[in-house]
Amino acid sequence: MLSIKNLRAEINGKEILKGINLNVKAGEVHAIMGPNGSGKSTLSAVLAGREEYNVTAGDVLFNEKNLLELAPEDRAREGIFLAFQYPIEIPGVSNINFLRTALNEIRHYHGLPDIEAKDFLALVKEKQKLVELDSKLANRSVNEGFSGGEKKRNEIFQMAMLEPKLSILDETDSGLDIDALRIVASGVNKLKTKNNATIVITHYQRLLDYIVPDFVHILYNGQIVKSGGKELALEMEEKGYDEIKKQAV
Amino acid sequence: MITDKLTVTHQFLEELAQHAGKAHFMPSDEIGQALQCLETQGIPNSKNESYKYCNIEAILRKNFKTISGKEQVVSFSEIKKQYAVQEAYNLFIVNGHICTDELEVSSAIKASPIQEISKEISAAHLAQYAKSNTDPMIALNAAYADRGFFLRISQTLDKPLIIHHINSLEGNLFFNTRNLFVIEKNTEAQITEFYYSSNENSFRNTVTEIFVDTQAHIQHVIAQNTGAHNYLFANTQVHQEKQSTYTNHTYTFSGALVRNNLKLDLNGEYTESHLYGLFITQQQQLVDNHTEVNHLKPNGQSNELYKGVVAEKSTAVFNGRIFVERHAQKTNAYQSSKNILLSNDAVVNAKPELEIYANDVKCSHGTSTGKVDENALFYLKARGIGEENARKLLLHAFAYEILEKLPTPFTKEKISTWVDEVLR
Repeated sequence: MLSIKNLRAEINGKEILKGINLNVKAGEVHAIMGPNGSGKSTLSAVLAGREEYNVTAGDVLFNEKNLLELAPEDRAREGIFLAFQYPIEIPGVSNINFLRTALNEIRHYHGLPDIEAKDFLALVKEKQKLVELDSKLANRSVNEGFSGGEKKRNEIFQMAMLEPKLSILDETDSGLDIDALRIVASGVNKLKTKNNATIVITHYQRLLDYIVPDFVHILYNGQIVKSGGKELALEMEEKGYDEIKKQAV
Repeated sequence: MITDKLTVTHQFLEELAQHAGKAHFMPSDEIGQALQCLETQGIPNSKNESYKYCNIEAILRKNFKTISGKEQVVSFSEIKKQYAVQEAYNLFIVNGHICTDELEVSSAIKASPIQEISKEISAAHLAQYAKSNTDPMIALNAAYADRGFFLRISQTLDKPLIIHHINSLEGNLFFNTRNLFVIEKNTEAQITEFYYSSNENSFRNTVTEIFVDTQAHIQHVIAQNTGAHNYLFANTQVHQEKQSTYTNHTYTFSGALVRNNLKLDLNGEYTESHLYGLFITQQQQLVDNHTEVNHLKPNGQSNELYKGVVAEKSTAVFNGRIFVERHAQKTNAYQSSKNILLSNDAVVNAKPELEIYANDVKCSHGTSTGKVDENALFYLKARGIGEENARKLLLHAFAYEILEKLPTPFTKEKISTWVDEVLR
């Protein structure tokens, strides 16, 4: 599904990603862990198409398409979903209106007509239940006045509505208490199928107790320095990142 | 230069004297004073501080050197059919003239041509709040207004009042309208004025004086969508008595030039005032909002929020003045203006002015001008929404903060449609 080869990227002349290689197949869950400043968020931003980052080398193929050539909205329409670490508040735009616009634009891209009003409402109802989002929140302005936990839950709700092929969760656990974490993780797990894939980006192992990865990659200084199974995450939790840092020096 | 300016003024006044009417309903000493003010100050140009970006003299010299045209006859029943709103009281003003089959709109609303006001009303209110010596455009109006209407609200309204301003002028006309609203004690009312568009090249210089009596609570919406060739100068001068509330909502969508002068005198204790404004400008439009809030008595509160979306080669001005008199202790006055520029050729001039002579007050002001928030734009795009729709959604969101303050559902809906149209 996703194949990243020797990806290098910089911002303001500073190289952050220094040759990333990663392959993700349908049905898999990958975790990317690493200390602060290792390039985790940069990787998710580059994949989603954030313009401030400059890709200087490498290729990213997503379902045989050259992802780096696509505008951010087309990446989303192709099936990439980034759950933001800091979801943006948009006062005056209702969640529902926002999602209808997004869903219809994605449908148009694939040659489909607008979704019928009643089908849309049924979909909203179903997905709301799935991610345990209060219907009041669904009708409010996008993220306006939401608590940290509500914002993250709203990200998962959007993910449920848009049914992406590849979801990238960027530090979705940051700022969540254990209950919110459990709800968010259970939403992600319920959305998992053999046809979609998930990349979980996190600093801590905690989230991985709930979303169990098939592969764990350690990102340090812009490169994946170690890969393994889910036990690698536990190892990191125990020993910390110091050993990785020492080895890299 | 001064002679030049006065020459232009004289030529223009001569043209007016020949083609425009006279303000016969004005007390003659007021007309005399107005003409004298014009004589000394002339028609304002960019050398006048408050007309720095709004050179009226140049506009008149260029576009209204000659004034000629006529008022097309319009059928009242047609107008009614086209504009009347079911769930409201409707008042139709055609080219500044009141146009109705019954002057008693309801027992609570009295409306009449300005020429027919009583001596008592005239003496008590006319030219009391809009003074010729404060602005040459007011002086021009005092001398040459030949139309307008008087509105009196004597009881709380059970429905909103909608005033429809229709323009059926042909040709190149400059005209002055003079309106007076008297809102009596202990009443509540929602008044909306819609200015509809026309294709003609006219200049309307309007002065509306509003007297808000003790414990009256008024929502006043002014929505201007006058068309790309029209010039509108709207002078709204409000006088508030104690414990009254006056809330103004000013929306400007189109017009070659729209200048709004909104002045509030908080002339009683415990008055409350809100000023909300939204302007969306494009092409080569100029929209100039000058607001002035004068806290003259203690314990007053005012709150102001103006927002602008400025596109293409248009220019917008926001000049907000707050004045707090020495005795007006315990005043709370807030002001904020926020603007979004959509092109490199668009210009916003935002200027807050605070003049405070009391020592126990809370005042604040803030202004910001920027572009559409890139983070929000990216967030929308990351959900599959294309550039165009994403920008549109964000501009709607920006406008919404003002729109949500609108009092009546019909007004909100109508103005939202205008926002949609202009943001398209």
